[in-house]
Amino acid sequence: MSLLEVRQLSVRFPVRRGLFGGVRAWLRAVDRVDLEIQTGETVGLVGESGCGKSTLGRAILRLIEPADGQIIWKDTDITTLSGRELRQWRRQAQIIFQDPINSLDPRQTVGDAIGEALDVHKLAPNRRERQDRIAALMESVGLDPSRASDYPHEFSGGQRQRIGIARALAVQPDLIVCDEPVSALDVSIQAQIVNLLLDLQRTRGIAYLFIAHDLALVEHISRRVLVMYLGRVVESADATELLHHPLHPYTQALISAVPVLDPDSRRKRIILGGEVPSPINPPPGCAFHPRCPWAEPKCKSIAPALREVKQGHKAACHLITADNSTPGNPTATNT
Amino acid sequence: MRVFSLGSEKRAWDRFRANRAAVVSAWFVVLLALLTFFGPFAWPYEPNAISDLQFAAPSLSHWLGTDVHGRDMLARVLYGTRISLTVGAVGAGVSLVIGALWGAVAGYVGGRTDGIMMRIVDILYSLPSIIFVIVLITALNGLVERWQAMGLSAESAKTIQLIGLFGGLGLVSWLTMARIVRGQVLSLRNQPFVEASRALGAGHLHILRRHILPNVAGVVIVYLALTVPAVVLYESFLSYLGLGIQPPQASLGSLIAEGASQINPIRTYWWLIVFPACTLAGTLLALNFVGDGLRDALSPRSGQNKG
Repeated sequence: MSLLEVRQLSVRFPVRRGLFGGVRAWLRAVDRVDLEIQTGETVGLVGESGCGKSTLGRAILRLIEPADGQIIWKDTDITTLSGRELRQWRRQAQIIFQDPINSLDPRQTVGDAIGEALDVHKLAPNRRERQDRIAALMESVGLDPSRASDYPHEFSGGQRQRIGIARALAVQPDLIVCDEPVSALDVSIQAQIVNLLLDLQRTRGIAYLFIAHDLALVEHISRRVLVMYLGRVVESADATELLHHPLHPYTQALISAVPVLDPDSRRKRIILGGEVPSPINPPPGCAFHPRCPWAEPKCKSIAPALREVKQGHKAACHLITADNSTPGNPTATNT
Repeated sequence: MRVFSLGSEKRAWDRFRANRAAVVSAWFVVLLALLTFFGPFAWPYEPNAISDLQFAAPSLSHWLGTDVHGRDMLARVLYGTRISLTVGAVGAGVSLVIGALWGAVAGYVGGRTDGIMMRIVDILYSLPSIIFVIVLITALNGLVERWQAMGLSAESAKTIQLIGLFGGLGLVSWLTMARIVRGQVLSLRNQPFVEASRALGAGHLHILRRHILPNVAGVVIVYLALTVPAVVLYESFLSYLGLGIQPPQASLGSLIAEGASQINPIRTYWWLIVFPACTLAGTLLALNFVGDGLRDALSPRSGQNKG
């Protein structure tokens, strides 16, 4: 049984509201996405800004209401929960944010921020217990418990991110959605936070949905990776497989954009032209065709379905031939 | 935009103290308030005690002179200032309660509710508010007169009129407060820390109490401090027209009106108009300085450059 199974999840936002509240168009932020997370594993989610990866992460937590689809959490469909039931369920899945400044209330002490979950769910019977729990949580993320009465602005970016993690841990969740948790941090701090997350996973068996645009990082910590483009999953595979044998032209372009510290490297760079099209009015057929270097006529009219190309490797592209090669990666068969 | 934090509150306090005009004004307001509330105990004259000594110029026994009924002007100015300050504080309080609640609900609920609530504010904005208050108070006065004919005591009639004045002034000055609070709440609602709180399973009341209200408080305090002088001015204006405080009660506005009525070609009793007018001007100036000082000290933007 999976910890989390997302089936055909869609999120739409109304845009261009008319004078009297009439909705004239919809922005498809997430379009029929399937996703599965097992207990204690990390699933990576990559894509450009605005491709809907953060929206997907929030929709899974019901922080944004999905328009369609199911979210199965350990056999129960949580899209039907509401009110008290939903608030009770929220203990099981948490989120940590990209921006360590705005993710903490500037008027709340760090101890109160971490203890908020204990207050909401009445997990601590008395003040002493509450303080002990907060101190233990701060220690588990590498913070000095004596600073519990300090305010967020007195901490560095990395420390604030640790506070955010401690707050999420307070309810002992099974899943944490990490929404680009390190992209706002210095490179040296990034490694510390990533290692902290990995340690916590090892000791507590927490599953992560790790949202990022740094492919190298995602490959390092994830078992499986999903690539999103314009609200849709275009490719999903095991992390190493995806990095070394990408099949979708978009994934290939993303990987070729990862900088390599080797001046002799003679990699062929794929440079994508144009902009990401508007999700309000996505192009017909394959949404990627206006930027795809190998687009064929049928890409402009028929949307490719996400299909299993080989064991555990799915891609949505017309150009993948029967022998699993694509124009951008003709050697894909040699695996 | 960044919201300020409690630690920066100390910095804000330091900034306020560095603003000399604001500090002097704050002391002025505090001393004036103390004087109007405790002064009457030390001063031998009652504000409404009539004597034979009419139109006496300022002297050692009557520092600010006496008026047409021989009433001591210092006692009356103190009394009038007290009424004016009370009206200002209560009126601002009424505007705070209505405006903050209205704005918070509109901003937090959002969507169509927000649209409807803020359109109502827009419509009320477009009405000439002072005329609205005049109509309201005139109508209330008419009602009170009818009730008095039916056996209402003069004492409770006065109370009703006073409450009507407080309410009327508060009712017209909550609009800007609602807009300010709504804007703040709207931006706070989408902050990640509010989202985190929701993700933890917190309900709306918890989020409003623990996150939204503490973060809106600073801006609300600033605007409240600027609303008090505005209401004082409104009240003086109404009293000058004879609609606000009814004689023999006095406010700064009605005192100025009485003084103005005594101006004639033969003799000007300058002390009847100069002292209440100067008190009103000084109070308004000081209250505005305090409000400006608070805004400079607490405003979210000024907090940013000092990191």
